[in-house]
Amino acid sequence: MTSLLPRLGGLAAATAGMLLLAGPAAAQQSGQPAAPAPSMQPQPTTVPGRPDIPNAEVNQQLRGVPSPPAAAPADKLPTAQLTVPKGFKVEVYVSGVANARSLRFGDKGTLFVSNRNLDKVWAVTDRNGKREAKVIASGLDRPNGLAFHNGTLYIAEGTQISKLEKIEDNLDNPPKPVVIYKDFLNHQSHGWKFMALGPDNKLYVNVGSPCNICEPPKTNGQIRRLNLDGTGAEPYAIGVRNSVGFDWHPVTKELYFTDNGRDWLSEDLPEDELNRVTKMGQHFGFPYCHQGDFTDREMGWGRSCDEFVKPVAKLGPHSAALGMRFYTGSMFPAKYKNGIFIARHGSWNRTKKIGGDVIFVTLNRDGTVKSWEPFMTGFLQNNNYIGRPVDVQVMKDGSLLVSDDYTGAVYRVSYGNARVAGR
Amino acid sequence: MRAPRRTRVLILAAALGCLAPGASAAPAEERLTPCLACHGERGQSVTPDVPSLGAQPAFYLLTQLIMFRERIRPIEPMTQMLRGASDEELRGMADFIARLPAPPPLAGSVDPGAAERVRLLIQQHRCNFCHKPDFSGEENAPRLAGQREDYLLKALRGYKDNTRRAYEPQMADVATALSDADCADLAAFLARAK
Repeated sequence: MTSLLPRLGGLAAATAGMLLLAGPAAAQQSGQPAAPAPSMQPQPTTVPGRPDIPNAEVNQQLRGVPSPPAAAPADKLPTAQLTVPKGFKVEVYVSGVANARSLRFGDKGTLFVSNRNLDKVWAVTDRNGKREAKVIASGLDRPNGLAFHNGTLYIAEGTQISKLEKIEDNLDNPPKPVVIYKDFLNHQSHGWKFMALGPDNKLYVNVGSPCNICEPPKTNGQIRRLNLDGTGAEPYAIGVRNSVGFDWHPVTKELYFTDNGRDWLSEDLPEDELNRVTKMGQHFGFPYCHQGDFTDREMGWGRSCDEFVKPVAKLGPHSAALGMRFYTGSMFPAKYKNGIFIARHGSWNRTKKIGGDVIFVTLNRDGTVKSWEPFMTGFLQNNNYIGRPVDVQVMKDGSLLVSDDYTGAVYRVSYGNARVAGR
Repeated sequence: MRAPRRTRVLILAAALGCLAPGASAAPAEERLTPCLACHGERGQSVTPDVPSLGAQPAFYLLTQLIMFRERIRPIEPMTQMLRGASDEELRGMADFIARLPAPPPLAGSVDPGAAERVRLLIQQHRCNFCHKPDFSGEENAPRLAGQREDYLLKALRGYKDNTRRAYEPQMADVATALSDADCADLAAFLARAK
């Protein structure tokens, strides 16, 4: 049965499947004892339109890795198992922020932290030498994206962008979010939205493809930008499957973004991408071409990867490359200047998980990628997660913050004899 | 004539009080008495549209309890009953409920035509990948085997029309691709799955 069925076309396969799993009625007609009830275990056969099934026994173990809904207690954080290069140090910046996702600083030093599975946005402050985290917005729908400009915090939810004005002066009595934009389709798959403020003072927001692999609607599969008042929305980069992190080169002001590759193709392909936008409107391949060099087996017929912009780096298959920032500080050694830190959340659609780390990308003078290397590792231990990094953010003093939605904590990585972050 | 179920739950909740927010460390069993009045003391619910909770994964129970407490899943009686409970208290409740016995499946099995339709649906949507081959569930994927048929149908329809909020996005994608007849087939099969 195993060898025969995969070669059959859809209807034939289903029919063959039924005959092989003959029910009691058929058996009784032939005078033989009733056959056992059809097995409910998936059979290694093809399903019409889904050549990615047969279900091997191994891939049936693959499933999404949910982040725990409650934050880990401060004494149960895995800080001791997180490693960084010589001369660097890791400590907990703040904990107890369940489902900690995007990081963004206000002008007065407040750290804002978002949620994806949960409904809140938090503000972390140092007041009277004490660091505390408090909720400043709740009841939101997947409020993953954060941007800050001129005293106003902008929040990107699943289907709308809203603002909290003068928020840092009103942390104890925050205003209700005011919606400025809501022209988004409502979808669950890739519906959460990373957001950032561009050097042009426009809001850039990811509008994910509402599927694993499909032709997305024209409104999706893009990074869109709009004015701070919600007007003038336009696609900036298209052919983007789902980006959960982007930032601008400090000198050239070009947008670089990570993109998560499709699932259920293979263990090793495609890799997640780092892309660079040199001109508005460029197409980065999805769903036709993956990682710049092969066409998709379902969507790629009649297409060529030459039609699309290739990534500047491949970041590993199913590594879940998410938040990224250019390093603009002065604390770290010179080699880190104007390079990129990227959080890799870690695999779910791969038997041997990779990622669960923060990597550092070195650029060439011309903006292409020279190399990349692990920087902060240890979130993945023996193929299991003890944490999952989501976003990175450079502090004013040049240290690096890393959010972890698995433990609900934010870590701080510092270099040299810098003053301890304290509690 | 009985008051609508929602009203009855609210009256019950009011009579028994909220689950002692924070003040005492009453054992989980005590605190769950009002809950199990609807959900069933031995893991099986006999209340229409109210799910059996026995042998649900503790991770799943905790996510749902937190979502009810925070009103992310907006079922008001549930939010009221959980108001003020700490994360630790909810963990204790989840662990206790997970140890209740699994609800016994309905007797009998679906007809061979339905069985084959369900087999193909499971294969296509990879239900067994998250919910396990025996549908006992794991982590964020609930036990489906032996769940109330009416509740399974209600849940699938809720994911399909976006009235039911999930912790993760997968079920909305799956349900979008299902017809109502598919949902009915799946509910009938899973309620009888051993």
